[in-house]
Amino acid sequence: MAAAITVLLDGVASGMLLFVLSVGLSVTLGLMNVVNLAHGAFGMVGGYVCVVLLSRAGVPFLPSLAAATLVAAALGWVLERLLYVRLYGRDHLDQVLFSIGLVFVMGAAADWLMGARQQLIQLPEWLSGRVEFAGIGLGRYRIFLILLCGAVAAGLHFGLVRTRFGARLRAAVDDGVVARGMGLPVGRIFSLTFALGSGLAGLGGALGVEVLGLDPNFPLKYLVYFLVVVAVGGANSVIGPFVAAILLGVLDVAGKYWVPQVGAFVIYTAMVVLLLARPDGLLAKARS
Amino acid sequence: MRVLLHAVPWLAAIAAYFLMPERLPLLSSIAIAALFTVSLDLIVGYAGVVTLGQAAFFGAGAYTAGLLAQNGWGEPLSGLLAAAAVAAVLGLVTAPLVLRSGALAGLMVTLGLGLMLYEAANKAAAITGGADGLQGVEVWPVLGVFRFDLYGQTAYLYSLAVLFVLFWLAKLIVASPYGLSLRGINGNPRRAPALGVPVKTRLTVAYALAAAYAGVAGALLAQTTAFVSLDALSFQRSADGLLMLVLGGLGSLYGALIGAAAFTLAHHALSEASPIFWQFWLGIALIALALYGRGGLMGLLRKLMPRGAGS
Repeated sequence: MAAAITVLLDGVASGMLLFVLSVGLSVTLGLMNVVNLAHGAFGMVGGYVCVVLLSRAGVPFLPSLAAATLVAAALGWVLERLLYVRLYGRDHLDQVLFSIGLVFVMGAAADWLMGARQQLIQLPEWLSGRVEFAGIGLGRYRIFLILLCGAVAAGLHFGLVRTRFGARLRAAVDDGVVARGMGLPVGRIFSLTFALGSGLAGLGGALGVEVLGLDPNFPLKYLVYFLVVVAVGGANSVIGPFVAAILLGVLDVAGKYWVPQVGAFVIYTAMVVLLLARPDGLLAKARS
Repeated sequence: MRVLLHAVPWLAAIAAYFLMPERLPLLSSIAIAALFTVSLDLIVGYAGVVTLGQAAFFGAGAYTAGLLAQNGWGEPLSGLLAAAAVAAVLGLVTAPLVLRSGALAGLMVTLGLGLMLYEAANKAAAITGGADGLQGVEVWPVLGVFRFDLYGQTAYLYSLAVLFVLFWLAKLIVASPYGLSLRGINGNPRRAPALGVPVKTRLTVAYALAAAYAGVAGALLAQTTAFVSLDALSFQRSADGLLMLVLGGLGSLYGALIGAAAFTLAHHALSEASPIFWQFWLGIALIALALYGRGGLMGLLRKLMPRGAGS
């Protein structure tokens, strides 16, 4: 029983992490209808920034996380302005080729700069070790993940529903033509959103070094996970991807814990089945 | 004039056999890559269904031919047929899943199915050899006469002959009323059903046909190298195929030949320097093609050729 609860909480923690990593993609893919297979590359960039600052420059953990977020967001903003903006409305084949190309270039750059090996980080003392709580063992870092990512999710939800920027984004996505006609700077809203999504991916990548690992293959290795979150969660709200990510995290951790011989097959099967059962999770908004 | 142009790639392929006798394995891999790219051109270029999982059929064909030969039936031509049949059935079974939902969801289903098959082959190590690959593939002589030799002479000529036959079969298919209806669906997916074209059926057949082509390409690889590895099913292979196709140019079949040759030669030259270097330039090429490269090398050739002479 205690083991089951530990697995459940570990699953929730990795699901939260997945949410932060993939929520940006649910905007680009689900709302802006751009097949961005390179989303994970921003997570990888954040991860490397964190590793370099933490292990080589001796910067503390929390400022490293902030820097990872900012660098990934800045990179996302630049790439959106220079390249992605040309691909809006183009056919899917162009978008697929472009984003695979971007993954290859960034992977090769990471390999060249940092080497192909797995990167490791030393967590600060207050985040390492486990705590016992009513007989249930739980890693401190997992608790930290749940709290931080939960706060991010709540902030995003609040931001989308309550703030002016959230209202503008929803308007721009609902009907870009009308929004433009009303004088909303749709292009700028999209590029800010893209930067925000990339920054969150960077944060997720930095947080995930300890849990998911980090090497130049990261963007492709976890691509399917990001796509599942978007496909299952839909793009109507922050809540959809959030629930999807947590489900996926629990399923993944439980699968690895209880049926390790099946491996990643569980996730791929889940993805295909869910895509078939709920194709509208993916496209509900983009179509309207 | 036109007839001569059609002969150019094949004359070049035969000239290469005599001019580069020490590079025959590389030439065979070009022929196999070309057949795989033709399969992608059928489904992506003509039918307009973008797939990220074509390697699933390539790998299915490779493992079919490999397992047959490993278990005592090494006759190559029937191996190809079996591989085509298995891949086509797999295509028929999965086509409804891919075509059912919208373009975007379908794209992701192809990706998911490809990864599923890769993982299944990886885990079923008792049958496929898992990460070690399928060992002990023994292929009999082609037509009972031509033994697979150490230099790869038989392998190259065999692959080239299969490519030649299937290429012209594909040419016939795309020029038939069926092929024209595929172009119609691709050109205007809303109008085609209004004209009475059974879109789903046509696309399903195209998907299975492309799958069978990819299966034969995989079987050729298994037979000529007497080995099958998990690479045959990898996402990298699907992505490489798409790049070859786009590099050469979509929807002409000749583009598939040119793209496969250019890609494989560039890969060979650049990855000798360093695999990272190759990956980097491959990425740059993909980005440039996506942004500016409509038409690929074939489009460039068309511009260079005098009017009316192009195929």
